[in-house]
Amino acid sequence: MLANRFVALVLWCAIANPTVVFAAASVHEFTLDNGMKVLVREDHRAPVVVSQVWYKVGSSYEPSSLTGISHLLEHLMFKGTPDAPGGEFSRLIAANGGDENAFTSRDYTAYFQTLEKERLELSFRLEADRMRHLLLKPEDIAKEAHVVAEERRLRTEDQPEALTHERFQAAAYVTSPYRNPIIGWMQDIQSISPDDLKRWYQQWYAPNNATLVVVGDVDPIQVRELAEKHFGPLPPSDLQPPKSAAEIPQLGERRITVKTPAEVPYVIMGYKAPTLKTATEEWEPYALDVLDGILDGGNSGRISRNLIRGSQVAAAAGTGYSPTDRLEGLFVLAGNPGPEHGSAELEQALRVEVAKLREALISPEELSRVVAQVIAADVYQQDSLFYQGMRLGILETVGLGWRKLDDYVQRIQAVTPEQVREVARKYLIDDQLTVAMLEPLPLEGRRAAMPGAAMGHAIR
Amino acid sequence: MPNRSSIFKTLLALVLLLVSGIAAAVPEIQHWRTANGVPVYFIPARELPMVDAQILFNAGSARDGDKPGLARLTNALLEEGAGAWSADDIADRLDRVGAQFSASSARDSAVISLRSLTDPRYLQPAVETVARLLKKPTFAPDVIDRVRQQMLTVLRERAQSPGAIAQDAFYQALYGEHPYGSPPEGATASLEALTQADIQNFHQRHYTAANARVALVGDLDRSAAEQLANALVSGLPAGEPIPPPPPVPEITSSQTVRLAHPSTQSHILIGQTGVSRADPDYYALYLGNHVLGGNGLVSQLSQEIREKRGLAYGAYSAFIPMRQTGPFLINLQTRNDQVDTALEVAQATLRQFTEQGPGEQALEEARQNITGGFALDLAGNRKLANYLGLIAFYHLPLDYLQNFVSLMNNISLEQVKDAWQRHIQPDRLITVVVGGGENAPDSSAQSLKKGS
Repeated sequence: MLANRFVALVLWCAIANPTVVFAAASVHEFTLDNGMKVLVREDHRAPVVVSQVWYKVGSSYEPSSLTGISHLLEHLMFKGTPDAPGGEFSRLIAANGGDENAFTSRDYTAYFQTLEKERLELSFRLEADRMRHLLLKPEDIAKEAHVVAEERRLRTEDQPEALTHERFQAAAYVTSPYRNPIIGWMQDIQSISPDDLKRWYQQWYAPNNATLVVVGDVDPIQVRELAEKHFGPLPPSDLQPPKSAAEIPQLGERRITVKTPAEVPYVIMGYKAPTLKTATEEWEPYALDVLDGILDGGNSGRISRNLIRGSQVAAAAGTGYSPTDRLEGLFVLAGNPGPEHGSAELEQALRVEVAKLREALISPEELSRVVAQVIAADVYQQDSLFYQGMRLGILETVGLGWRKLDDYVQRIQAVTPEQVREVARKYLIDDQLTVAMLEPLPLEGRRAAMPGAAMGHAIR
Repeated sequence: MPNRSSIFKTLLALVLLLVSGIAAAVPEIQHWRTANGVPVYFIPARELPMVDAQILFNAGSARDGDKPGLARLTNALLEEGAGAWSADDIADRLDRVGAQFSASSARDSAVISLRSLTDPRYLQPAVETVARLLKKPTFAPDVIDRVRQQMLTVLRERAQSPGAIAQDAFYQALYGEHPYGSPPEGATASLEALTQADIQNFHQRHYTAANARVALVGDLDRSAAEQLANALVSGLPAGEPIPPPPPVPEITSSQTVRLAHPSTQSHILIGQTGVSRADPDYYALYLGNHVLGGNGLVSQLSQEIREKRGLAYGAYSAFIPMRQTGPFLINLQTRNDQVDTALEVAQATLRQFTEQGPGEQALEEARQNITGGFALDLAGNRKLANYLGLIAFYHLPLDYLQNFVSLMNNISLEQVKDAWQRHIQPDRLITVVVGGGENAPDSSAQSLKKGS
């Protein structure tokens, strides 16, 4: 996920399920006087520390004409302050043996550095500085809009499946901001003004809209002192919560086709689904999480067993569900048909798998397999400092609170076969479904009308 | 706010001073051979109740011979049936103990990875399963056909990806008929023609004790680690060592390959032959490359292409050392109408770097990034396991991790400059451009011929 080292990574897809469980005592939590929350988790395996600053802002906070502004601002956060001008931030971190990056998602924007533990203060000093003193020079903004346009071409325009996924999201939601891509539509990326960015920065970049997460070989008391020293003096903002933008109820199945030069067809299907944040029944997201594991938890999941190895209707396929989304989410199934099969057959086969979950109870063996995988993954995920911080940061930033981690394994263990059937019956129904099909055009042929591509020449 | 920037600089100086004084605890590697002679590399990590194991074989696509894709298909089939177990059985056996398994293969190596809890109730079934699929894969004809079809789908996906097309064209132009020239993913005609006998023979020849290495990191004492390694590989036949791939001929002239693709961006690769893993120059080249294009936004290529001109999202350079000479390459992607500008900037940056070398300060900061960040590379079992796999496969010295920082500290500016000038000739470059969008000339028919 974070394979490349370039700044400003965008998280495109739902994040994997949170399965780290810490003992409550192992996370130290405190709040600075200006409202900035700080979470510290000690991990003394290596003399290293990860420091992450999480802001409660992302593409789901954006009005429709400013899509991509959170991500563009994330890029500009590396462009300097009066005290650390130009690329000084990155230069200092690099020269101190550090690794840094940032990422924007629908519900959060986060910045992180990994450093040898003695150098944590450098991270705090620089992050505190750019939380309130970003320069946002017009010439930097114009140049960075080009970079982001290239990023969009790289990750979406020229990637048939990513392009299909983007159009799928736009079809699945009518009023929810989840309909817009995190990176923004090309015309918005190119028309966001310096004033827009200044307003966005002033509106959201404040200590009382941020969470500092520190994981590593540190002493929580020293972390607190350093945080108070560097972040403590920053003034809080008068925060206006984002306008609610609930999705209107879906009144029947939706279908779209995406025609673009490609070789391999692709089907993506999504059912509206509650998340930990939106669910009225608290157990439902856990049951959906288990259902996700039943279908696609490793090679023994039903998709691999029945569709990839069994009927071979799929060359590749999988499911996705993100219980930590801030707004109503989707339970997604996607795949490429096998060579002897078409997209319609794959869609049908995926629908059959969903129907089975509505009709019959999962077996105890399947359930215990999913539980075993959750228990093991809970241990494995503690191998990564970064990932430990990520789990804390997401939960805190979407408003669930990091303590949701405490009972995650127990909540999964408490899910019954009946509950899995119940969520399938309630949510995985045709009227709540959106289907998108990638219909490949010949690669040597012309592309269907692509406003983004055409706009590419109009940036400057 | 008077003079806060000077505080920043003071802080930097202080921190830089501190660095050299800190000797990060670098874990010691334990090394032995299993009863059947397989070298084992082990780092105990007692904090988390888990283990990462890698079994590495001299079984990458460099061994494909005239059957591109054979190594990858053989590797992919290991988990698809073994002894009396079907693919479903194997998946069940691993998943129900929460084990994570993966099989992968590149040009040099094929790697089997297992991550498991160390509780014997979880570990034992997982290890038993992996041992059996290494030793007794069934290679059933219907399963071969299914996985072959999946690989053919992968080839079709690569055909829609300008980045993948550029990679393949670059390696082909650089290596020609050398085994490194063809992609590990294989080629359509070859994949369609592969037989069960081809796969069985490849397995028998390459998945042997003589060609295996084991890397272990995890919550085990020495005797438990010895038992684990034995359990994983004791069933392997003795086998014969595989000779290294043939030496790589140097390229003699520049060549430009342009391939049309209906993409909005063009993918650009520029490079030439670099170094092998065994070449002592690798470290000076690596250090220098950190200044040129290996250190994210701070590197010269990023500065020139992205930061100053906004031409690309990513621009980097890398040496990819392999058993024999691996490539040196520069990679970037830019809007189709900016290709010429981006090429000029990238070539000029490389030329200037090779001629003049890195600046003193830039080199010191790159060195600080590498040495000061070395502890980061070792933080976590998976990271250690990957290092260990590298050390095991390429026969790097057991004190490689201990010596890495001092090795980096002892390379002078002159040595960097000298190594670059001996290895990199900016007037002899392979250049690949894939893209052009709708209006691109279709040069694919003649594109792979040698040009000047």
